[in-house]
Amino acid sequence: MNGALIALRAILIREALRFIRQKGRFVAALVRPLVWLVVFAAGFRAALGLSITPPYQTYITYEIYIVPGLCGMILLFNGMQSSLSLVYDREMGSMRLLLTSPLPRWWLLFCRLISSTAISILQVYTFLGVAWIYGIDMPWQGYLMVLPALALCGVMLGAVGLALSSIIKQLENFAGVMNFVIFPMFFLSSALYPLWKMAESSALLHDICAFNPFTHAVELIRFALYGQMNWIALLWVLASGAVWLALALWGYDPARGMIRRKG
Amino acid sequence: MTQAGGLTIRDLSYRYSAHGPDALSEVSFSVAPGRFCALLGANGAGKSTLFNLVTRLFTTPHGVIEVAGHDIRRAPRKALARMGVVFQQPTLDLDLSVRRNLSYFAALHGLSGHAAASRIDAALDRFGLTDRAEQPARALSGGYRRRVEIARSTLHSPAVLLLDEPTVGLDPQTRAALTDDVHAMCTDDGLTVLWSTHLLDEVRETDRLVMLEKGRVTYDGIGLPENAKAPA
Repeated sequence: MNGALIALRAILIREALRFIRQKGRFVAALVRPLVWLVVFAAGFRAALGLSITPPYQTYITYEIYIVPGLCGMILLFNGMQSSLSLVYDREMGSMRLLLTSPLPRWWLLFCRLISSTAISILQVYTFLGVAWIYGIDMPWQGYLMVLPALALCGVMLGAVGLALSSIIKQLENFAGVMNFVIFPMFFLSSALYPLWKMAESSALLHDICAFNPFTHAVELIRFALYGQMNWIALLWVLASGAVWLALALWGYDPARGMIRRKG
Repeated sequence: MTQAGGLTIRDLSYRYSAHGPDALSEVSFSVAPGRFCALLGANGAGKSTLFNLVTRLFTTPHGVIEVAGHDIRRAPRKALARMGVVFQQPTLDLDLSVRRNLSYFAALHGLSGHAAASRIDAALDRFGLTDRAEQPARALSGGYRRRVEIARSTLHSPAVLLLDEPTVGLDPQTRAALTDDVHAMCTDDGLTVLWSTHLLDEVRETDRLVMLEKGRVTYDGIGLPENAKAPA
C-alpha cells in the first residue's frame, strides 16, 4: 500500500478509536439535534407557517423542515469539535508528531478532515434513523443521495474549523471563537427558517443568510434528501470549501510558524 | 554538505516577529555521524526554537539546515524521513496502547503490516517495553512514557535523532538510564543525536557540547568548558 494511504488509514483508525472512547461525545452530538427536533420544533410548529417551496411538493410540518438543518448542525458542531481536538493535539504535542511526518502537509491535514467527516456522517445517519423512528422519513433514494452531499459539506465545515484552529493559539481562545462562529453560522442560515421568511423581517438579514456558506450546505443536504440536486448550493459549497481549505493550508504553512511559541 | 547521517546548521537566525529580538542569531554548528551532541542552554535560550526549525514546524529564510545530507528547505520530506524526534511536550495518545501508539507513528512514516510489526517488536524489546506493549500509555510512569517516545522515534531507522529536553520531570535514576540508552544508540547504531538540556550533569566528558545563550552559540567543543565544571 502506498505510504499516503497507510497514513490515511492510520489517521482514520485513530479518529475512530478516539470516537469510540468518547461515548459522551456521540450521545451529545445526537441529543443536541434531537432536542431541537422534538422540543423546539414542536413549540414552533404552530408559530411558523411554511408554504410549498422546493424541494417539497406539499405542505410540510416544521419538524420535517428542520431535519436537513439539524443534519447540517451535526456537521457544523463536529467540524468545530474536531478543530478543537486539533488545538488540543497541538497543545499536547501530538500535532507536532503528525506534521513532522515526511508526507505532504496538505495530505496530512486532509486526512484529518476526511476522518472527522466520516465520524460526522455516521452521526448524521444515526440521527436520521432516530428521526425515522420518530416518524420523519425521506424517499429511500434520498438516504443514498445525501451521502455525497454530507461528505462535501462535512469537508467544507471541517475546513472552516481547521482554518480557525491554525490561528488560535490556545484552547481557551477557541471556546470564544466557537460562540462567534457556530451560533452566527447556524442561526443566520436556512437551517431553522426558510430564507423567504427571513426576508419578510429583514432584507439585510436575508442577504447575510444567503451569503452564509452554511445556508448552502443545508440546502444541498435538503435537496439531496429528496433525491434532487441544488446546483447553486453545490457550487457555493465547493467554492467556499476551496477557499477555507486554502486558508487552512496557509494557516498551517511552516513559513507562518503555525505553532509559534517561544522556547 | 553534511556528511551522510550527520546534522549541519549554518548561519541560522530566527525572529518571532519582524521587530522583535532575535530568538536565534547566526547559529552554526555541525554534528558528525554517530556523535552525541548536547545542546545546553537555560530556559529561553532558543533550544526549542532551534528544534522547531530543524523539524520544519517553523521555517526561516536565514540560514541552512541539513539532515543526513538533505537541505530541510529544498528537500523537506527527505530530511524529515531521516529524522527521529522526541518533543519536549508529551506526544503519546494516553488512551491508546503502547503498541497502537507505535503503529500509528509507523504508519505516518509509511510502514504497515509485517514490516511495521517486526520493527515495533524489536523497538519494544530493545527498550524493555515488551511486557507493557498492550497497556494503555496512561498506565505508564513518566520514565516509561519517555522510553516509548524514544522507541517510537527510532522505528523508521532515522540517521539523526533529536531530543528536546527529554528528561524534564524525571527522577535522577531514570534520567541517567535514558542518557545511557541514547548514548548506546550512538555507539551501537551510528545514530547522530542532538540532545537539548539545561542540566549540566547530563553532559559527559566525551560528548560534543554546544551552549546557547540568548539565541547565540557561546561554546562549541568536547565536554564542559573549564569555567562550567563544578569545583572539586
